[in-house]
Amino acid sequence: MAQAAIAFTGTRFAHDGRHILGPLDLMIPPGETLVLLGKSGSGKTTMLRLINALLIPTGGEVFVLGRSTRDWDPVRLRRSIGYVIQEVGLLPHLSVARNVGLVPALERWSADRIERRVAELLDLVGLPVRDFAARLPHKLSGGQRQRVGVARALAADPPILLCDEPFGAVDPVTRAELQREFRDLAKRLRKTVVFVTHDVREALVLGDRVALIEAGLVSFLGSPNDFRHSDDPAVAAFRTLL
Amino acid sequence: MSFFEFVLQNRGDVWFRTVEHLVLVGISTGAAIAIGVPLGIGISRSARLRAPVLGVANVFQTIPSLALFGFLIPVPFVGGIGARTAIVALVLYALLPIIRNTYAGIVGVDPAVREAARGMGMTDAELLRLVELPLAVPVMLAGIRVATVIGVGIATIAAAIGAGGLGVFIFQGVALVDHAVILAGAVPAALLALMLDGGLHLVERKLDWRAR
Ligand SMILES: Nc1ncnc2c1ncn2[C@@H]1O[C@H](COP(=O)(O)OP(=O)(O)OP(=O)(O)O)[C@@H](O)[C@H]1O
Ligand SMILES: [Mg+2]
Repeated sequence: MAQAAIAFTGTRFAHDGRHILGPLDLMIPPGETLVLLGKSGSGKTTMLRLINALLIPTGGEVFVLGRSTRDWDPVRLRRSIGYVIQEVGLLPHLSVARNVGLVPALERWSADRIERRVAELLDLVGLPVRDFAARLPHKLSGGQRQRVGVARALAADPPILLCDEPFGAVDPVTRAELQREFRDLAKRLRKTVVFVTHDVREALVLGDRVALIEAGLVSFLGSPNDFRHSDDPAVAAFRTLL
Repeated sequence: MSFFEFVLQNRGDVWFRTVEHLVLVGISTGAAIAIGVPLGIGISRSARLRAPVLGVANVFQTIPSLALFGFLIPVPFVGGIGARTAIVALVLYALLPIIRNTYAGIVGVDPAVREAARGMGMTDAELLRLVELPLAVPVMLAGIRVATVIGVGIATIAAAIGAGGLGVFIFQGVALVDHAVILAGAVPAALLALMLDGGLHLVERKLDWRAR
């Protein structure tokens, strides 16, 4: 288990007695970008929420950085994981700068240090501090909001990033641009990334590996190249969307 | 004697009763906020407390105000004749809108926002302080505004148990069958209600993050 950043081992999840996920066995090595691809309701978000202990498995374990989520202090665990979610993830009443600096502020960094870090991150995601720092999220475009979401997730330099369809609501051109930048950033910063999408193209662009999730199970796991050539019917069905 | 003549001749008295009225409403609403906001937060955290707290606050609200003042008079410590009893009754009336709106404001926060905040590693206290309360402020203030306006009206009845305020003129006027005297209490009370309503509405707009 020591070499995996994240490991699902015999993980199951049920809600109110209704089986939702698993059993799952899946190892994610440090520095890998794993894309979870699947239809709506297949269990992708549930997998992410099991990783950051928003949910605790009803069977088996999820190990993060070598320790089961049952044994982590959930607050500590979540502060070592960047979490990017669609649109709504930004706190609507806080400026871009305060959103990005939120986890550092929770971690009680000094104001100076937070300010420097925020400037550095906004720069990293291509938003000039001068124009954006003081703005509220609802005064940003969809693409800009998503950049802020990525910047915020990176703020405390967590080793792991969880992304839940972060580039959902933007036009195809901006989306492609965000994907490219995100891939370069994740590689450069050597983050372990679990990235949820139902867009096949996005999965193949971003993933070191792609996991196809169907009804709470991993039905295919392999590199984008394997994905292109697999004769698994479910994979083939997704491929027709390319 | 006309209303205007009466007010002019007794302007010192009218002014004194208005201030007295404002003090009654101010103290009682302040106390109701100090009690109601924590209770509203409490019932947003504990489903078990919700029904009893809202139920009790609701019952106070349904007791006719004159009866509530009357009931309180014989109660030890809080009762008796005078302003203290009136303030207790006014607090009981103000509680419901404040508790209910605090609760509604907090549970009305977008679940996705709450999920994001938790996912970033906020503790429950941080979630409340940094996310839920700031987002609930407009709704909470609307409740405080309603409580204040209701308080101005009900406080006129406080004169019946010797608590002073603008109700003094109203009861006098009723006893003397003199409209001018009734109006000397009713008109300032109405103006007071309008001014507080408008003022609090401004504060509400000022503190609303959506307006920034
Ligand atoms: N809070 C919940 N309570 C009960 N069932 C839930 C809850 N959240 C999700 N589910 C169920 O769990 C299953 C998996 O949901 P999940 O959100 O993980 O899907 P998803 O793959 O992320 O879908 P989408 O692409 O639409 O976001 C679904 O059947 C859903 O109905
Ligand atoms: Mg989902």
